[in-house]
Amino acid sequence: MIWDWSFTLEILPVLAHAAIVSVEATLIGFVLAATLGLVLAVVRIAVPWTGWTISVLVELIRSTPLLIQIFFIYFVFPKFGLVLDAFTAGVLAIGIHYAAYCSEVYRAGFDNIHRGQWEASIALNLSAWTTFRDIIIPQAIPPIVPALGNYLVALFKETPLLSAIAVMELMQTAKIIGSDTFRYTEPITLVGLFFLAMSLVSAALIRALERLLNRRTMR
Amino acid sequence: MTEQPMVRFENVSKRYGALTVLDELNLEIARGEKVSVIGPSGSGKTTVLRMLMTLETINDGVIWVEGEPLTHMKKNGKLVPADLAHIRRIRAKIGMVFQSFNLFPHMTAMANCIEAPMTVLGMKRTEAEARAAELLDLVGLSQKKDHYPSQLSGGQQQRVAIARALAMRPKIMLFDEVTSALDPELVGEVLQVIRQIGREHDLTMLMVTHQMGFAKEFSDRVCFFYQGKICEQGPPGELFGAPKNERTRQFLHAVLEAG
Repeated sequence: MIWDWSFTLEILPVLAHAAIVSVEATLIGFVLAATLGLVLAVVRIAVPWTGWTISVLVELIRSTPLLIQIFFIYFVFPKFGLVLDAFTAGVLAIGIHYAAYCSEVYRAGFDNIHRGQWEASIALNLSAWTTFRDIIIPQAIPPIVPALGNYLVALFKETPLLSAIAVMELMQTAKIIGSDTFRYTEPITLVGLFFLAMSLVSAALIRALERLLNRRTMR
Repeated sequence: MTEQPMVRFENVSKRYGALTVLDELNLEIARGEKVSVIGPSGSGKTTVLRMLMTLETINDGVIWVEGEPLTHMKKNGKLVPADLAHIRRIRAKIGMVFQSFNLFPHMTAMANCIEAPMTVLGMKRTEAEARAAELLDLVGLSQKKDHYPSQLSGGQQQRVAIARALAMRPKIMLFDEVTSALDPELVGEVLQVIRQIGREHDLTMLMVTHQMGFAKEFSDRVCFFYQGKICEQGPPGELFGAPKNERTRQFLHAVLEAG
C-alpha cells in the first residue's frame, strides 16, 4: 500500500508543531501587512507629495517575486549591517510584500468615501488625525474586509516560501521528513490537507465577520 | 468709527483653468446680518460659501473674518498664505450646513453632535452631551438622538446637521441650498428651524437659497449673483419688489414662473 498510516501518525506531531510556526508567520505577517498598508494609504492622502514615491514603492514590491524579496532581506540586508534570523527576515518580507497589496485595498476603501464626509470634517474643524480615526476609517474598513481577508488567505498559502531560507515551518519540516525517510507521500499530502483545512476555515470566518460588519453598518 | 464687518471679501477671484467662477468679489457682511445669495446655477454663489469654509482655495484677493485674514496671515507686515494652525483658528468661527446633509452615517444623531466638540474643543463627554441635547431639542429631535442618519427623514437629517454645526458655537453660519435635496413637504420644518435660530442666536448667516419666499421674509439683504459677480444687492423688499437690473428681473421672473 502506498499510504502508511502508522508512519502518518508518527510524523503528525512533528508537523503539528511546524504548523504552529506557519500560523505564527501568517498572523504576524498579516498584522504587519494590514498596519503598514494602512499607514501607506493614509500617508498618501494626508501628505500629497508622497503619492508618487509611494506609488513607485508599491509597484516595485508588487512587481517582483516574494521569494526574491525574502532572499534580499535575509542575504543582502546583512551586507548593510542588518542581520535578521530566518523567521524574522521571512515574516518581514511577507509583511512588506502584502502591505503593498493591502495599501491598494485601503486606497480603494478611502476612494469610496463620499467627498461630503471630508467636507463636513473640515467644516467641523476636525484635525486630519481625528478625521481619519473617527470618520473615514470606520466607514472605509467594513466594505474592504472581504478583500483584506482574501489577502490573509493568500499570504497564508505563501508561507511555504519561507522554507527557502530554512524556516522550520510546515513545508520545510515535510521536506526534511521526506529526505530523512525517503517517504514524501504522507508529509506532503498532510501539509496540503492542512493548508486546505485552514484556508476553508479562514474563508468561513471572514464571511462571518463580513456579515457581522454588514449588520452593524446597515442600520 | 464703524464696527468691523464680520466677513469681508476683498477682490476675491476664483478660477478653474480658463473659467472664472468669481470675478473680483467685494462683499461685506455685518455682525448678525442675515444675507441671502440667489442667482442662476453656475453664477458662483455656492463657491462664495465654500471659499469662506476653506473648502475651496482662492486665486486672488483676501477674505477677512472679524478683521483677520482667513487664508493668509501677516508676516513682517505682509500677507503670506496661512498655515494650518492659523486656518483652523479662524475656521472655528464658521459653521456650515450642506445641501446633502453630510451627516456621519456610522454615528447616531447624538454622536454626530458631540464628535467635534469633544475632539476639537476638548469638551468632556457629559458637557458635550448636555449641550447637544439642548440643540437637538432646539431642532425638535430630542426623541431621535439615538437614531442613525439612515433611520431619519431628509428633513430630520438636515436638522441634525444644523444642530451639529451649532454645537461648535460658530459666529457665522453658512447654509448651502439646505432644502434643495428635500421632498417639498419637508422643506418647511428645516426653514422653521433656521428662522428660530436666526431669532434666538446672535449669528451672522449667509445662505445660498432657491426659496425666494424665505429669502424675502428672513434676510436683511439679498445678493443676486450673475456670472461670477454681484449683479444687484439690497434689502429684500427692494430687490424682489423693484429690481433695478434687467438680469435680476429676468431671473426673478423665471423663478416665480416656475412657482
